[in-house]
Amino acid sequence: MQTATDVVAPTAAPSSSASASARGDRTFRWLTILSALLIPALVAGIFLALFGQSWPAIKRFGFHFLISQDWNPVTENFGGASSIYGTLVSTLIALLIAVPLSLALALFLVELAPPRLSRVVSTIIELLAAIPSIIYGMWGMFIFAPFMANYVQPALGETLGWLPLFQGPPMGLGMLTAGVILAFMVLPFICAITRDVFSLVPSVVKEAAFGMGATTWEVTYKVTIPYGLVGIIGAVFLGLGRALGETMAVTFVIGNSHHISASLFAAGNSIASTLANEFSEATKALYVSALIELGLILFVITYLVQMLSQMLLKRMYRAWSVGL
Amino acid sequence: MKPRPATGRRLTNVVVSVLASLSAVLGMVILAWIVWEVLARGLGAFDLAFFTQLPTPPGMEGGGLVNAIIGTLVMTLLATLVAVPLGLLGGVYLAEFGQGSRLADNTRFSANVLVGMPSIIIGVFAYALVVVPLGRFSAYAGITALAVIMLPIAARTTEDMLRLVPNTLREAALALGAPRWRITLDIVFRAAKAGLLTGILLAVARVSGETAPLLFTALNSPYMMTSLGQPTPNLTVTIFNYAMSPYHDWQQKAWGASLLITFGVLALTLLTRYALGERKT
Repeated sequence: MQTATDVVAPTAAPSSSASASARGDRTFRWLTILSALLIPALVAGIFLALFGQSWPAIKRFGFHFLISQDWNPVTENFGGASSIYGTLVSTLIALLIAVPLSLALALFLVELAPPRLSRVVSTIIELLAAIPSIIYGMWGMFIFAPFMANYVQPALGETLGWLPLFQGPPMGLGMLTAGVILAFMVLPFICAITRDVFSLVPSVVKEAAFGMGATTWEVTYKVTIPYGLVGIIGAVFLGLGRALGETMAVTFVIGNSHHISASLFAAGNSIASTLANEFSEATKALYVSALIELGLILFVITYLVQMLSQMLLKRMYRAWSVGL
Repeated sequence: MKPRPATGRRLTNVVVSVLASLSAVLGMVILAWIVWEVLARGLGAFDLAFFTQLPTPPGMEGGGLVNAIIGTLVMTLLATLVAVPLGLLGGVYLAEFGQGSRLADNTRFSANVLVGMPSIIIGVFAYALVVVPLGRFSAYAGITALAVIMLPIAARTTEDMLRLVPNTLREAALALGAPRWRITLDIVFRAAKAGLLTGILLAVARVSGETAPLLFTALNSPYMMTSLGQPTPNLTVTIFNYAMSPYHDWQQKAWGASLLITFGVLALTLLTRYALGERKT
């Protein structure tokens, strides 16, 4: 938008506007740098805040916090073992269900279903991820837990009741139900990546196997899965990270007990459910500090899991964009 | 060498195919089951009072959750206003300035970690950062927690969307002598407008159903909010408290609130998917 005056007076105006725009550029650049810097600063800040707030508990209980099952707000004796155990076990159940399921789903979406059906099913699976955690909790407590108590747990008790895992009264609420609901919740996250992995395997490789007379299952099992193994493991870690910290759904259905039981039918708790249940009611400083130490443990675990999953996924995508 | 008969292998293949199809059916059944139950149980709670009245004590008929609806809207809106500009700027750095720099790598990694961080941890962080110094639960703390959750999502989607803008546009503008900040704001943003909007909606959808980060930051309250410095009513914590209560009419209200949240979030998500799908084709 040059006007006549700009042309008449060429010496003064452009130089001042150029320096103004350079200044604008510098300011803008610094603004973006500061905003970008904020994100790593937040991660560090979260760690420092959790560490600082949990210091009294760390000092008081030391390493014993990790192995003690005591959780007594009255005598102010705290140990996180049952919460840590519950977090790990419910996550394990979730992954045992969700990983095979998401591989099967990826197989269906990429190899079996016609493209249009595949798109519809993909959308539906993704919507599972959009449903808020608390809705899973409502559904889990009022509908799915009674369903487990009436149908699934009695059946499991009859067939596998000789295992200590499946003994005890079928109450519905407990570790097993929490694990199953977690599985539904992390399924879309794992599935999104396994689907990518399946569809990113070069068709030349698959076609070569089909050409040898392999069936769809054999191609998946012997070609696709080994080919995309790094990515699949990355996806599993991503789901693991999700499942570890899932809060509301677990809080509704896990039963909230600070005791470790061998049976999966029994009530338990997880780090996140303990925080959700007790934090706003904790009044004593040491109680709050112990709860925050649980949070710190969860932070460290999820951080490590995230790091691993990102490393694996990055390696997969890099290798695949270069190779073949 | 004699060829092996293929019947066993074919059978395995059929079994696996059937199992794979069943897993797809299972996924759809779960979604339909949840949506159906929320709909069936929640619709009964909807009446005019639900959207206009304050909560009543248990046992008393009537009453509504207007305070919680307003609280959730206000906190989500303010968190969006805080997080989105910062997220946009951070995303601009990642896409426009920081290619290959160590800061960009770190930011991207941290953003991914933060997106995957359990929201309850963010709640504890907001508690330590805001509730402890102020000495009480407040909307400020809730907004802080929600904004921290939104920020990395906004930054990462901004980066992805800006990367889709072809470089020729930037070069053309540079050649005309436009400064970088004008190029970014006037040209790149305009080209990526639909995508950026989608990203923001996605972040809003993600945050509006969050409960865990509000439990011990905004807490909850049966009154209308009058300032940001006090415990603030919100739908999700209300669902939690009411569902855990033994009163039938409170549980009924919890289902009503669940219906509101579920359909709000699903509608936002479908809208963003639709908008993104339109873009790609």
